[in-house]
Amino acid sequence: MTTSTEQFPPTSKPSESVSGVTVRLAGDSGDGMQLLGTQLTNTSALSGNDVATFPDFPAEIRAPRGTRAGVSGFQVQFSSDEIFTPGDGLDALVCMNPAALVTNIGDLKKSGILIVNSDSFESKDLKLAKLENSPLEDGTTDPYRTIHVPMTKLTRGAVESTGLSTKFADRCKNFFAMGLVFWLYGRDVEPTLRFINAKFGNKPEVAEANRLALKAGWNYGETTEDFASTYQVSAAELPAGVYRNVMGNQALSWGLISAAKLSGKELFLGSYPITPASDILHELSKHKNFGVRTFQAEDEIAAVCSAVGAAFGGSMAVTTSSGPGIALKGEGLGLGLMLELPMIVIDVQRGGPSTGLPTKTEQSDLLMAMYGRNGESPLPVVAAQSPADCFRTAIEAWQVATKFMVPVVILSDGYIANGAEPWRIPDVGTLPKIEVSHPAGREPDGTQFLPYERNEDLARPWAIPGTEGLMHRVGGLEKEDGTGNVSYDPDNHQHMVETRAKKIANAASFIDPLEVDGPESGTLVVSWGGTYGACRTAVKTLQEKGQNVAHAHMRWIHPFPANTEEVFRRYDKIVVPELNSGQLRLMIRNEFLIDAVGINKIKGKPFSVSELVDEIESA
Amino acid sequence: MNAELPVLKAKDFESDQDVRWCPGCGDYSILAQMKKVLAEIGARQESTVFISGIGCSSRFPYYMNTYGMHSIHGRAPAFATGLKTTRPDLDVWVITGDGDALSIGGNHLMHVIRRNLDINIVLFNNSIYGLTKGQYSPTSKVGAVTKSTPRGSIDHPLNPLQVALAAEGTFVARSVDSSIKHLMATLKRASQHRGTSFVEVYQNCNVFNDGAWDYAKAKATKDQTTVVLEHGKPLVFDGGTKGIRLNGFMPEVVEIGGDVSESDLLVHDEKATEPHLANILSRMRHPQFPEPIGVFRAIERTTYNDGVNEQVADARGEQGEGDLAKMYTSGDTWTVA
Ligand code: SF4
Repeated sequence: MTTSTEQFPPTSKPSESVSGVTVRLAGDSGDGMQLLGTQLTNTSALSGNDVATFPDFPAEIRAPRGTRAGVSGFQVQFSSDEIFTPGDGLDALVCMNPAALVTNIGDLKKSGILIVNSDSFESKDLKLAKLENSPLEDGTTDPYRTIHVPMTKLTRGAVESTGLSTKFADRCKNFFAMGLVFWLYGRDVEPTLRFINAKFGNKPEVAEANRLALKAGWNYGETTEDFASTYQVSAAELPAGVYRNVMGNQALSWGLISAAKLSGKELFLGSYPITPASDILHELSKHKNFGVRTFQAEDEIAAVCSAVGAAFGGSMAVTTSSGPGIALKGEGLGLGLMLELPMIVIDVQRGGPSTGLPTKTEQSDLLMAMYGRNGESPLPVVAAQSPADCFRTAIEAWQVATKFMVPVVILSDGYIANGAEPWRIPDVGTLPKIEVSHPAGREPDGTQFLPYERNEDLARPWAIPGTEGLMHRVGGLEKEDGTGNVSYDPDNHQHMVETRAKKIANAASFIDPLEVDGPESGTLVVSWGGTYGACRTAVKTLQEKGQNVAHAHMRWIHPFPANTEEVFRRYDKIVVPELNSGQLRLMIRNEFLIDAVGINKIKGKPFSVSELVDEIESA
Repeated sequence: MNAELPVLKAKDFESDQDVRWCPGCGDYSILAQMKKVLAEIGARQESTVFISGIGCSSRFPYYMNTYGMHSIHGRAPAFATGLKTTRPDLDVWVITGDGDALSIGGNHLMHVIRRNLDINIVLFNNSIYGLTKGQYSPTSKVGAVTKSTPRGSIDHPLNPLQVALAAEGTFVARSVDSSIKHLMATLKRASQHRGTSFVEVYQNCNVFNDGAWDYAKAKATKDQTTVVLEHGKPLVFDGGTKGIRLNGFMPEVVEIGGDVSESDLLVHDEKATEPHLANILSRMRHPQFPEPIGVFRAIERTTYNDGVNEQVADARGEQGEGDLAKMYTSGDTWTVA
């Protein structure tokens, strides 16, 4: 194989330096846009840019070809500044067909670059997209720098020597587009060439075709007169360290594995496949050499119950799902909290209610996580704020679960789960050691073992089967404090309900206080979960405009950080942007009697920075 | 701790909790035989765990001086799966009833059996909902008049053994609460089997469905109404006067003597690889047939817990013990100075 530099010579065209770029790749779900996006992200991260991504795909595996419903998109922002979102307005949009064009063009900045596969604008393509006229001819694309590239024809020509059929040749189109985009932004092709080798190593003709398509795309940029120059985005100034790219579900999985190791436990996952949580099951099942045991259960209920069983046995037990599955797990979680066993429940939220919008993001399970079980059944709730933050969230959740002997709910969402960002790899030695102990066995001495005897944190001992002399029975019937025997005593019930709540309230002393970014008065924007990046960027923008706006992000929602009320009271106005109709706002109003104002979007899409800026200004 | 473990008696498996079943309930006998069996097989209190769902039978764990979990309705097999997979060193028993196992928990029962998790399931079949005070259950007969079926049940009942066999059960057995010796022997066999042991026990609910199994329990009739299965032996009952013969795929009752000798009878084979014979036997119902009691099927198959733990051991053997730093840096990384 020739080296990449020979095949991909540096451009001879002038190069313009820009601080950051937002690109969206849009095509049919079979067009390989997610792959293209992932490659662009990785190579940008490797070149030292800060990156943030937003993949957006349909729920159907193969939605009808060429239709608007079948459009799959991948947005990435890469920048020489520290960034927190995948970007708002697009600098460039690549469209593989008319459906992709009409559904995405609204997000392209005026005079932004629009690259289209002009071969896929035939009348049959227009019909599939339910268009009368070609958007390339009816003025739709006039405000943009539109570049018509006959990608299908050029790709077929480029791969002809491999002898692949037209059908297979057409599958290489995304690599042609990739070559062009890589050329335009001066991206390194080396990681992608390595990827092609690894992925198609056993199909040499396919590997060769993809390389040829990539090169043809690159060469097209170099020779076409449509592009007078390329763009350069230099490396971002990130804190020193070794970095890698992580996606949310991956970081959660690694956080869980790390937490298990740090506590000297082996991990058990009981899970049932569901979008967008399944990747946690996939990732964890790859790491059996850490002692990870994954159980793909027959249903969501079996998944949570198996986790409770594993927790009873002394493992680090986890169950993962999304909203519909968490709804099914309610009774099992109730038992988990009654048994006062440590475990982790992960809800990767998606659009609801019911089946809702499986592949779209939303924050509408907060109240379910808080209150969605029968009886008085509080659980600690922590929400990850970004893909990389998932790692730390998993570790913290396990610390609280084991310290207070309680199942902890982690909220993520589809946006975080599938989004990627650079992660500074921690030095294992700096990670917290998680102390977990089990009472030792004993010979019978006439005294009764008390499974519900509490320590200063109100936590009960985690006595596990196999331990001599500590035999005890647990169950869902109300327990007598201390003995753990079944009790119908009215006073005991009130005491136990209050104790279980108090235990979680106590966790406030363990978690970090709420931090504020910005002035001590004026307006406070309060965010939680995956809207962190958009809120932070919006507030920064407003601060740069000289406005008196501060930002506080809540990772722990139950309990609230100990200083929450004190922080809130400093401000004239509390604004709570959420991708739901006001669930955290309801909790804030309830808890503090503060008349918080909501910014609420329920479209299955994350906030854009500009809409938040406008809404915060007018709130 | 002493190197030599003390010999435990049945009494040692009794917890300090008062037993709260109705006087005369069949559950008492099952509890008593279980304690005796545990003592006999040399079970340890600390390494035995009883997991139950919801229902009268599911109070069972509270009465045992072992580890126990009284879980939620129908889900005991799922809790057991998490526990046994991570703690294969424990002896796990699931105690369930006909409503718990076959109605609300039907899904879990089927899946735990097909996975062949190494646990013992004892299903107390009283053909009624006792704890909720007398509604018909999935094993109630068509026409059963109960609180929720004043005009008689129209649901066709499930046959628990058929469910277990359809789920590829590796150990499938039936016994009767009052047949003390037989019940003990059956529980003992169940405890020795590696894989899911499924034991249906005919249990009398003397409050809401009294006498449902009288034909199989009464001294005067049980010899004619049940046939005891023994591996390798012909199916003989009624004091050796009658037997079961196969006519094509259909069993038939024959009188022994005349042209019929024992050698014409169906010989029980619990180890048959295919479950056809067990299926035929499990479909023999009173009053057309004597109902077989004993072990219908006992075959070997890898257990779920062994499978899971072997994969973990293999992964460790091939990749070495998991190393966090190695995992974090797998794939592309870059350094910011
Ligand atoms: S209701 Fe029936 S099954 Fe329940 S304890 Fe009473 S007799 Fe036994």
